[in-house]
Amino acid sequence: MAAEKRVVFRSPWLPLALLAPQAAVIGVFFFWPAAQTVMQSFQQQDAFGTSTSWVGVENFVHLFQDRSYIESFKTTAIFSVSVAVFGIAISLLLAYFADRAIRGALVYKTLLIWPYAVAPAVAGVLWLFMFAPSIGVVAYALRKSGIDWNHLLNGDQAMLLIIMAAIWKQISYNFLFFLAGLSSIPKSLIEAAAIDGAKPWRRFWTIVFPLLSPTTFFLLVINIVYAFFDTFGIVDAATEGGPGKDTAILVYKVYYDGFKALDLGGSAAQSVIIMSIVVVLTVLQFKFVEKKVNY
Amino acid sequence: MQSKSLIASLSLAAIASFTTPAHAQVEIQWWHAMSGPLGEWVNDLVKGYNDSQKDYKVVATYKGTYPETLTAGIAAFRAGNQPDILQVFEVGTATMMASKGAIVPVGKVMKDSGLKFDPSGYVSAVAGYYTAPNGQMLSMPFNSSTTIFYYNKDAFKAAGLDPEKAPKTWAEVALAAAKLKASGHACPFTTSWISWTQLESFSAWHNVEFATKGNGMGGNDARLTFNGPLQVRHIQDLENMAKQGLFVYKGRENKADTTFPSGECAMLTGSAGLLGNIKKNAKFNYGVAPLPYYEDVAGAPQNTVIGGASLWVMSGKPADHYKGVASFFNYLSSPEVQSESHKRTGYLPITTAAFKLTEQSGFYKQNPGADVAVNQMIRKTTDKSRGIRLGNFLQIRTIIDEELEQVWAGKATAKQALDKAVARGNEQLEKFQAANKS
Amino acid sequence: MVERRPLLTFLTHTVLLIGVAIVAFPVYLTFVASTHTAQDIVQAPMPIVPGDQFVHNYVAALTGSEKGAGSGAPVGRMMWVSLVSALVIAIGKIAISLLSAFAIVYFRFPFRMFFFWAIFITLMLPVEVRIFPTYKVISDLHMLNTYAGLTIPLIASATATFLFRQFFLTVPDELAEAARVDGAGPMRFFKDVLVPLSATSIAALFVIQFIYGWNQYLWPLLVTTEESMYPVVIGIKRMIAGGDAQNAWNLVMATAILAMLPPALVVVLMQKWFVKGLVDTEK
Repeated sequence: MAAEKRVVFRSPWLPLALLAPQAAVIGVFFFWPAAQTVMQSFQQQDAFGTSTSWVGVENFVHLFQDRSYIESFKTTAIFSVSVAVFGIAISLLLAYFADRAIRGALVYKTLLIWPYAVAPAVAGVLWLFMFAPSIGVVAYALRKSGIDWNHLLNGDQAMLLIIMAAIWKQISYNFLFFLAGLSSIPKSLIEAAAIDGAKPWRRFWTIVFPLLSPTTFFLLVINIVYAFFDTFGIVDAATEGGPGKDTAILVYKVYYDGFKALDLGGSAAQSVIIMSIVVVLTVLQFKFVEKKVNY
Repeated sequence: MQSKSLIASLSLAAIASFTTPAHAQVEIQWWHAMSGPLGEWVNDLVKGYNDSQKDYKVVATYKGTYPETLTAGIAAFRAGNQPDILQVFEVGTATMMASKGAIVPVGKVMKDSGLKFDPSGYVSAVAGYYTAPNGQMLSMPFNSSTTIFYYNKDAFKAAGLDPEKAPKTWAEVALAAAKLKASGHACPFTTSWISWTQLESFSAWHNVEFATKGNGMGGNDARLTFNGPLQVRHIQDLENMAKQGLFVYKGRENKADTTFPSGECAMLTGSAGLLGNIKKNAKFNYGVAPLPYYEDVAGAPQNTVIGGASLWVMSGKPADHYKGVASFFNYLSSPEVQSESHKRTGYLPITTAAFKLTEQSGFYKQNPGADVAVNQMIRKTTDKSRGIRLGNFLQIRTIIDEELEQVWAGKATAKQALDKAVARGNEQLEKFQAANKS
Repeated sequence: MVERRPLLTFLTHTVLLIGVAIVAFPVYLTFVASTHTAQDIVQAPMPIVPGDQFVHNYVAALTGSEKGAGSGAPVGRMMWVSLVSALVIAIGKIAISLLSAFAIVYFRFPFRMFFFWAIFITLMLPVEVRIFPTYKVISDLHMLNTYAGLTIPLIASATATFLFRQFFLTVPDELAEAARVDGAGPMRFFKDVLVPLSATSIAALFVIQFIYGWNQYLWPLLVTTEESMYPVVIGIKRMIAGGDAQNAWNLVMATAILAMLPPALVVVLMQKWFVKGLVDTEK
């Protein structure tokens, strides 16, 4: 690991004691159920669990034989990259400007963080109110300006819709952490650079951005995880994977199969697959991207 | 698990006998998915029952949407603390039935309780959906609606159509749509719940099979047949209408519902339960009519298929709980309670006695259109029209949504889409059969 | 501010205004919808300026007087459950993550990275997928219908641990060195140096985790069978009649706005703490 502390404390038992609370909670409430879920991926059972049989890797084989499942890898890749990249870029832009001590900064910041408080259940309804081809406010405006908005039948528009909805949710989140990161950059550094004659643009790229890199790295990893795992609610509310399967990202199928269709073996197998992908992605990020981070 | 709860209830009973009067109230847990005004309806029903007797207390708990409620019930069952009664949507019927030992058939519960129970008093098209081929009622129909046809009378008038003459056949629907379009209407016809209205109910309405073995009633080895000539013909007609802008797709499930009361779409095939919504929100004159049909098909119109949910009784509860459940179901099925519920919510009455009572009260005269749904159901069902019992039905409906969307988007023909849907759907049925081997 | 650049200031305001307009638009729509009648909302398109039903709708939402709420539990009780859950979750998460991150960054011990990755993996399996076994655990531990059942399973947070790890790595080694030289033990260093330094991270996390706990829907729905333990989002969702019955959208939106007020308060308060933390560290 590239990031290590030079100065450490020594104690045989203290670190384990410090980790104990979190380890206990995740042991009981995550790993134990998760292990059972992984076991389920090798089984086939009815919803109530009254008839269970071992089927080995059959669930996995079935998945890879399904062409639409393979295609959803591509859909997911497009979705996740778009959400992570644009989500971070837009919120960084907003955070940078909001961090400048201008009049009304507090109001701007509050208004930009507050949307995070919209409950997902309500957000789904709101997106419907905005984009529903019939009563949607935004859909109406688009139609008036000549764009025929119909995400019910237009796959690209549907994709755009879920990307926008997912980014919207994340902008407040990323913005908040960027603000925290920016506020811990000593103003004295920036002042010194300004006195030296560096323009804001230069100051940003040579001082602010590098010092912000731990936060950026954090957000990059978290946003990718978010895009892969937490977005099924948005898809469910907005498009349900449609039209056809154009917006059926991998995790949506997991949610649908496990929760609605009650195909426990299939959804467990899919979970194992997605988990493996994201673990690899995350390890790669830690190995290669973290090198560029300034601690 | 059985012995644990037995010991627990015995100990509780022992303690109770020391501290409370001899007749302790038995609590019956009912988990349901009724939100909004329907939630209030449930609470009122429960209150009415609890007030009417002292032995049992029904406690109704809202557990989310239909899938969430079913998941909650399953999770509870797996952990050993399931409720007494669980409300499950109609597409979950096969799942409930196939679960070995998770449920107790309602017929058995009623018979064992000793209360008077006459299965023949139930409307066959309503209760039949939830009845086994041998006649045993598996679950109690609770909120059942069916597919009917709504049309905007004011829009008809503006298009030069007779507002009092509802289109009866699909040919008439197409003609009306053409005239509406010519008069400038952007959305002449649309539909909600496309699988339910245009394939499932459509098939039963024409006494044609949706799947083999009596639409799955006869066993888990049933396979889909909704790509037969009649259904292909119908979807082709809709395809042509879509190409001409006469049929406009407005989304899956019931997303299209709002387009009718808002005036956007002039004709809608949807659930009878929408009537209350339309009454409240529509700012125009509207008409209610039976589902259109093809008059050149022998046997049409037969009856439509219900949608909605039913009440299932979970197994593993103490004997006195089942007596309470039977007493509650008895209350729910009484003509007075049924009639009131029907008038209040628009859901179908489940007994013929309730229907007659409502008729006598003059309700249908005062509320034109309220009897359309009932009239579609009060007739003898055939093996092909009694209802649908298919495993993984939720997935099958989603598959139908997906494949038909290709048709509306112009990417597939009706026949291609239906064939593909049948193939994919049969895979689901095979999976279900394999997972639920006896 | 470093220097006066009027053009940049103008640009700043413009960008922020556009940002706010886009990001806060859905919230604005919610507010607008909460001031109209239900009928007006479903007429296409929905109005985008506030209506005149503000008082009527909010009174009805708070007192549950108008038909269509469909709920048994009063709004006040649900807000209380949400508040307790949100506070316990936020404080719990921050507390145990501070400890875990400290252990991982400032110590060397076998399985150190294993623990870090184990904590990280918890982000990668949504609760919906492992619902049956997780529910069984809660049920077996008799935690159904308790605040413990509502909060403890949600307290493990990889996000917080990861964030603190990032922050701790930026803390200059000299500080730890100085503490060692002074003879202060690790916990002293933690309490007197690290935690105060982490103020802004803690504040940010508190906002996020509070809102996360506040907006819980699925987990409380499953682990409670008594409606008196329902948090506020379940109350909102159950006002939305799935299926055919008419929705009182105006009341739904009014309740949603009310539900968003405590988080808004938290956001405003935490920002004050940002500034305070900044001033403290700006030595």
